[in-house]
Amino acid sequence: MNPAFSVIFLTTLIGAGQGLFMALVTGQVYSLANLLEPQDNVSFYAMGSALALVLLGGGLIAAVFHLGKPSYFFTRAWRGITQWRTSWLSRELIALPAFMLSVFLYGVAHYFDMTRPLFVIKDLVPVDATLLLGVTGAVLSVVLFVCTAMIYASVRFLQEWYSPLTVANFILFGLASGFTLAAAFSAWSGIALVGFFGTWAVIFTVLAALTRGFSIYRNGRIKHKSTLQTAIGVRHTKIKQRSMGFMGGSFNTREFFHGAGRGTVVSVRLFFVIMVFVVPVVLLAASNAMQSAHLPIVAFVAQYLGLMAERWYFFAEARHPQNLYYQTVG
Amino acid sequence: MTQLALVIDLNVCVGCHACVTSCKEWNTSGWAGTMVDHRPYDADPTGTFFNRVQMFEVGEYPNTETVHFPKSCLHCEEPPCVPVCPTGASYKRADNGVVLVDYDKCIGCKYCSWACPYGVRELDEMQKVMKKCTLCIDRITDESRPENERKPACVLACPTNARLFGDVHDSDSAVSVAIRENGGYQLMPEWGTQPANHYLPRRKTRIQIFEDELERADNPLKKEAPLPAAEGETLDDVAY
Ligand code: SF4
Ligand code: SF4
Repeated sequence: MNPAFSVIFLTTLIGAGQGLFMALVTGQVYSLANLLEPQDNVSFYAMGSALALVLLGGGLIAAVFHLGKPSYFFTRAWRGITQWRTSWLSRELIALPAFMLSVFLYGVAHYFDMTRPLFVIKDLVPVDATLLLGVTGAVLSVVLFVCTAMIYASVRFLQEWYSPLTVANFILFGLASGFTLAAAFSAWSGIALVGFFGTWAVIFTVLAALTRGFSIYRNGRIKHKSTLQTAIGVRHTKIKQRSMGFMGGSFNTREFFHGAGRGTVVSVRLFFVIMVFVVPVVLLAASNAMQSAHLPIVAFVAQYLGLMAERWYFFAEARHPQNLYYQTVG
Repeated sequence: MTQLALVIDLNVCVGCHACVTSCKEWNTSGWAGTMVDHRPYDADPTGTFFNRVQMFEVGEYPNTETVHFPKSCLHCEEPPCVPVCPTGASYKRADNGVVLVDYDKCIGCKYCSWACPYGVRELDEMQKVMKKCTLCIDRITDESRPENERKPACVLACPTNARLFGDVHDSDSAVSVAIRENGGYQLMPEWGTQPANHYLPRRKTRIQIFEDELERADNPLKKEAPLPAAEGETLDDVAY
């Protein structure tokens, strides 16, 4: 497949935004259980939510540029929420705004200090508006992760994607980059949660390395179902295309071929493996030792660049059966 | 239920592209708007087509065979491209099984093209909506036309009659008979998409002739030789 920059930005930005929001809610739940110091409503939770919203908004803008024409966003995109019964893309188009709304409300609730307990569970857990919104948002975040990943994992013709590993990768990459960003955000604003978020970021990064490593291994040995024989229905071991029927390319040659050489693809894979898995773990460990305010930020930037490369590779490694029909110009 | 479809006879197709040009002519002038052409007279022309004729070489020189292979949307009975569409722009008509795109609803997200294994959907670079073969839905459903013109443009244009059109759910239709009697098959059956369009394979007509049928022992035309009857009965005298 030919990687589209709109989709690369969309999936990496909202992934990091979702992960960051999950990190905020995790922090709140931990402090509720008295495992962490409670944090300031405005400078931590409200600002953190705003940062998550910026990422999600960036993703939304990228998505608009994935439409045939950006103007379709105003004239037609509403139709995209009508087919949620069958289409994961439609489900994502519902889940994304719903999640953004809950992040917004979560930030607003914290900003206005709406922390008076609404009720108390078993005389132990005081539940306030921010907690309710946080838990709702966390659930929606998981829903959005699944919807986004299933857009790819449900296309059975793209056998490289058609696997639960795709869903695991999307969730773990989002959590890893989001928690790294939470560590960077804490370090930047002088909040003493760098170690907490950094530890979780390392855990998610290592888990993501495992699932992604496994999917790279799986895709290296994949056996494609379709062959030139089934494509044209001729039983012969030697079939060659002599002409695809046109000279100057078509949608089918532009959308499904990335055109990069084997060397480029392998280099991109090496780059993302280093930038997504190795660099952030090393930098987060170093920042823990040195109490640096800058290293976690560098770690996030490196991981984010790596994730963009990862998403490019994700598209490039998927080979569509339609390519069998477009092998030779003529 | 009716399922309209094409049956394409690879034994007859000569790869002339008449179906490609007549398809483009009919559909670019139709109610749905033009099918764009970019740089039509330059080195790298590109544009939207519903139908392409490809060419494959089977075997190794000198024992090769050329297969001309017209390809358009196969109007699958289980179309994987339809349920993935977020807007409902892609749909399958209940009354005749034709798979269509509503160009007024499509947002050009291309997702349906990922979900078609045959590479027959093309995003129009001008209108930015997904396009594909409609089986000339505006022709075949036009009751004001005489019956014999209610066929897709490609079928009417084909000079060798390699393209048959009809209802593959009607066992007695010409297309069903052709599929049944001439070995009609579907493309990429491994995906379970149940394409309605079928292809008829390349076929060779062979007669089997044995040596003794060429050189009959009692060939009466060999005047110079004595008639075998004079030498007693031959096999040909008892087996006829
Ligand atoms: S051939 Fe492709 S576009 Fe046509 S119905 Fe089948 S899956 Fe859909
Ligand atoms: S490109 Fe158009 S027809 Fe295809 S899935 Fe998107 S909205 Fe539906």
